[in-house]
Amino acid sequence: MAILVSEKSRVVVQGITGREGMVRTRLMTDYGTHVVAGVTPGKGGGEVYEIPVYDTVEEAWEKCGPIDISVIFVPAALVKNAALEAIDAGVKFLTIVPDRVPIFDVLEIARLAKDRGAVFVGPNTLGLVSPGKAVLGMIGGRAERAREWFRPGDIGVSSRSGGMTSAISYYLTEAGLGQSTIVHVGGDAVVGLSHPEVMELFEKDEQTRLVAMFGEIGTTQEERVADLIEEGKFTKPLIAYVGGKAAKSGTRFSHAGAIVEGTRGSYKSKVQRLRDVGVRVVESISEIPKVALELRGSSGR
Amino acid sequence: MSRLYEYQGKKLLREAGIRVPEGEVVSTPEEARDVVERLGRPVVLKIQVWVTGRAGLGGIEFADSPKEAEEKARKLLGKKIKNYEVEKILVEEKLAIRSEYFAGLIIDDAQKSPLMIFSSVGGTGIEEIAQEHPEKVAHVPVDILKGLRDYEARNLVRRTGISGKLLLKISDVLTKLYKVARQYDARSAEINPMVLTEDGDVYAADCHIAIDDYAVFRHPELGIEIAREFDRPPSDLEKIAYHVEKKDHRGTFYFLQMTDEIPKEDRYIGFNGAGGGGSMMSMDAILNSGFHLANYCDTSGNPSASKVYRAAKIILSQPNIKGYFASGSGVASQEQYHSARGLVKAFYEEKLEIPGVIRLGGNYEEKAIEILAAYLKDIPAEVEGYGRDDSPEFCARRMKELIDKNGSIPHEIRPICDSDVSVDAYVFEIFTGKIAIDHSKCVLCTSKGCVDACAPGILKLLNDKPVLAVTEEDAKKGKCTECLACEIFCQFHEQNAIDIHLPIPGLKEYRNRLIKGRSDLKTIEEEKV
Repeated sequence: MAILVSEKSRVVVQGITGREGMVRTRLMTDYGTHVVAGVTPGKGGGEVYEIPVYDTVEEAWEKCGPIDISVIFVPAALVKNAALEAIDAGVKFLTIVPDRVPIFDVLEIARLAKDRGAVFVGPNTLGLVSPGKAVLGMIGGRAERAREWFRPGDIGVSSRSGGMTSAISYYLTEAGLGQSTIVHVGGDAVVGLSHPEVMELFEKDEQTRLVAMFGEIGTTQEERVADLIEEGKFTKPLIAYVGGKAAKSGTRFSHAGAIVEGTRGSYKSKVQRLRDVGVRVVESISEIPKVALELRGSSGR
Repeated sequence: MSRLYEYQGKKLLREAGIRVPEGEVVSTPEEARDVVERLGRPVVLKIQVWVTGRAGLGGIEFADSPKEAEEKARKLLGKKIKNYEVEKILVEEKLAIRSEYFAGLIIDDAQKSPLMIFSSVGGTGIEEIAQEHPEKVAHVPVDILKGLRDYEARNLVRRTGISGKLLLKISDVLTKLYKVARQYDARSAEINPMVLTEDGDVYAADCHIAIDDYAVFRHPELGIEIAREFDRPPSDLEKIAYHVEKKDHRGTFYFLQMTDEIPKEDRYIGFNGAGGGGSMMSMDAILNSGFHLANYCDTSGNPSASKVYRAAKIILSQPNIKGYFASGSGVASQEQYHSARGLVKAFYEEKLEIPGVIRLGGNYEEKAIEILAAYLKDIPAEVEGYGRDDSPEFCARRMKELIDKNGSIPHEIRPICDSDVSVDAYVFEIFTGKIAIDHSKCVLCTSKGCVDACAPGILKLLNDKPVLAVTEEDAKKGKCTECLACEIFCQFHEQNAIDIHLPIPGLKEYRNRLIKGRSDLKTIEEEKV
């Protein structure tokens, strides 16, 4: 089944006529993603790789039929409006690729998304891929590479670092382990779908039998995954690799953050919490395929 | 996060209608005296540096008279506190404090909304107090579309045990604090302590406001020089690097120095990571091999070759590093040959002598490694390129072996010389620099390979010489992606007719200062002998 995207998902690309938009549309269509339209205000009527370009998402919806997913490649300052436009038009899943999106803009997007029952990955994401089915964003860079690096299988991958998303998946592929869906949740402090939300999707997905997660210092995402496991809401085997051990600890945003979160966010806190609830926390990337093989064997499925 | 100084934050609070103590920021003892003369009452003098717990560090003084204020200011100004030198102090009226509270706004990543926090106890040690007395702390998520409503603020304050007129005064401050945070895109904004005076007024006695780095562009009025958090003032080299990042939006370039000075005998590495996660993994590998990091640097997000070139030039402006280590996640989506070309241009210009280990795993890594191997064989240093199947640990080991092999020579800074461009050269501007093609040399060229090498296809042949195939304006606006392929091709396969000039403002002077400093030192040493 995979999560979030399949070959049947109908996709619109916002910012399709820009530098990144064009190149990555190529990646997506070559890979098999069903891109039905592009949107660039002011460039309606044109085409990119034979994909019709419209002025608005609403127009794309009217002319091409229902749209499941929008992938956004517009400059950071314009992301908020593009995302709100897509959600308003009825799109239920967004992939927001650009980085440097102001945090209050992200909060506004999250607020409207919640109202409309929509979700998003990003901002600051390479995107996601359900191997053999479809890719969103720019992960893999080119279709032939994405096909070579990522193979269909039963391991879910969720990562806060773009490069590590690809690296973990590639090393799994090399070890003969395929992936169900690979998600780069995005590198920012506030993202649409964070680790715990992705875990809940993997929990419901039949194809996914175990999950590999790359965490980083800062935010409470990894701790919240531990909370989920404790509450019995995520029950599949989980391998976690947390980056930032060498980073200077103790840098807090503010007193206010510490008052609410206590010591959450540090490397130690994350690793401890995850270990406490039975997650296999590894110390290097090369251990991930090894542990995955071991867990798959012992799970007896 | 870009932190504001207390006096800057207080200005924003005052403009929003929050009461703050009367006073002024000063940078000389005389100014401090003048402020007290004008105020005519006892004052507090507070150093304006980004440290917490200033009182414990001797950064807070009190004065009852102008003369005393002048003396105390003299004591504080120029003082070294942690990594900062005190340049400014805030002189303001001393409040008659009855009680202290805490108010803060943060962004809650789990709820994806702002969160307003209020505590009926405040002051130093607030974190511990909050742990011991959770009943005195309350928080409420704020609807981003509606803001913090008056009644929400009142309910929040009431939950900490405060009632009556005071409840109204404090909740009024909270709604205003939220407005300031929202208006200025604050990543966090706190008032600590919030003070109730003997007269019954509520003041913001101190505040910490940090602006979202990604929103700094919306607030030129704040005058933020570098939109990043530092635990010390940025170094000159960091300022140079930040300027590069600011002028070129293609990809990320982040540069941070990890040490002030690198002794010749110590094992420091110039580090060029790519991507947050991959950089952390690579740093761990190099640290575990017994090295120190001279700097942290991240070139990722599909940077142009010119940006990577500039990053390398800046990394190589750190004297005495023993090696150049570049490594990211190992499986990058971006085309890795751009980074390879940027490094080739930089290493070649520098006539690099210290070894380099370049792990460029990802899209087109074979081509990237080939570029390094083909074009760096003539420089004194050994530079090795690796791909996704070579682990960071292996690459760190190679770094160590290469450094040991060449006797651990320290990197020496070279002056930056502008290349001689023929007056008759064909010159056009590109996004962050300019390209000069010496057509007189093109006569001897048989392949005209620069035209084919140019990925965006902006060159064409006119009378057998390469010229722009697009307008000069388009080339400058970004049609030329600064991939450096034409220059590298021409340099190594043809007549060396192309010169791509990519200035880095301030770097030439920076290096000259370092070199001069060193020669001054030599003279002194020679005199001693």
